[in-house]
Amino acid sequence: MSNKKNWPLWEVFVRSKNGLEHRHFGSLHAADAEMALENARDVYTRRNEGVSIWVVESKHITASNPEHNGELFEPAQDKVYRHPTFYDLPDDVKHM
Amino acid sequence: MSEEQIKNSEAERSRSLEAEFEARIARDEKIEPKDWMPEKYRQTHIRQISQHAHSEIVGMLPEGNWITRAPSLRRKVALLAKVQDEAGHGLYLYSAAETLGISRDEMYHQLHTGKAKYSSIFNYPTITWADMGAIGWLVDGAAIINQVPLCNTSYGPYARAMVRVCKEESFHQRQGYEIMLKLCNGTPEQKEMAQDALNRWWWPSLMMLGPTDDMSVHTEQSMKWKLKRKTNDELRQQFIDQTVPQADILGLTIPDPDLKWNEERQSYDFGEIDWDEFWQVVKGHGPMNKERMKARVGAWERGEWVRDAAMAYAEKQQQRKNKQVV
Repeated sequence: MSNKKNWPLWEVFVRSKNGLEHRHFGSLHAADAEMALENARDVYTRRNEGVSIWVVESKHITASNPEHNGELFEPAQDKVYRHPTFYDLPDDVKHM
Repeated sequence: MSEEQIKNSEAERSRSLEAEFEARIARDEKIEPKDWMPEKYRQTHIRQISQHAHSEIVGMLPEGNWITRAPSLRRKVALLAKVQDEAGHGLYLYSAAETLGISRDEMYHQLHTGKAKYSSIFNYPTITWADMGAIGWLVDGAAIINQVPLCNTSYGPYARAMVRVCKEESFHQRQGYEIMLKLCNGTPEQKEMAQDALNRWWWPSLMMLGPTDDMSVHTEQSMKWKLKRKTNDELRQQFIDQTVPQADILGLTIPDPDLKWNEERQSYDFGEIDWDEFWQVVKGHGPMNKERMKARVGAWERGEWVRDAAMAYAEKQQQRKNKQVV
């Protein structure tokens, strides 16, 4: 293994067609953003899988820690009043 | 708490984490990169995914041998596209392995020093054009049988990579079979060439599905982690049962005198596989092991100045941009 600087890792997001959001497709190594885009084209869209590509260096992504999922997501679990079915309405009421 | 109490409570915590982990897999939940996982799960996946990636990369070499000599432009663009797909598959898989905390550099190092294995099928030579047909038909056929169950494996990034790989792989097998078909409908010499390729690739293709169940050391654990959904012997039987009728359509003979339809089992019986040959090739004594590694390491070393230049250019551009901001 060399001690030289290796090409950094990039995350690739592809919009498969207009009207849809960009979705995470995978990652790849590239020297800079321009090369990351070109490599993403070759690696992830060889069969017309996309109309738009985003790349971002992986180190810039901040991810939540699944071990903290409890304190992060549980507060939403007991708030049934955020859902329409929480509210009792007579059957006669239409369009609501 | 005393030191021993701390140690005990840590061991207990790890046991309960492991039980919860196994339960998640049993419920068919996926494991994602940042989730807690037993060290053995991590190591097994690094080993399998990286070896899978290495197989894709080394697998380009036997076919690369024929790109410049493909018999027509149609065959040439197809073979080029197939080899490019294999590079892509290698990259998806290396990325998936990297999510487990191993660097690309380390994986290449393991491949180049012989520490990591790759599929031993690629240590056989490709001596005629018919070998391109036999590889697509048999080698990719066996690979698909191995890979389809992996689309449902428990490790999310591996499963997602495999979905992409499997989608692309079916063209590979069809282009190989089409090559065989063309040769079999050609002159007697061409058909003879196709038969010769089948003779040489049949047994190594059966070996690709791995050692027999009673010899396979990883099967039990891998089944539990859904890294395997069927045993090697089941996969091999499936491969034989679906391939024999395809050989019949080509008018070729499978080189196994013991091959026989078993009415009771509704499956083919087949002859003894030469496992000594398999282990010899795995251990590095196949016809092309040295040649493949030489080509791979050579390509990596000859490309070093390109990688360095790209990095130097990127750094210079970045510095220039920073200066402008100041």
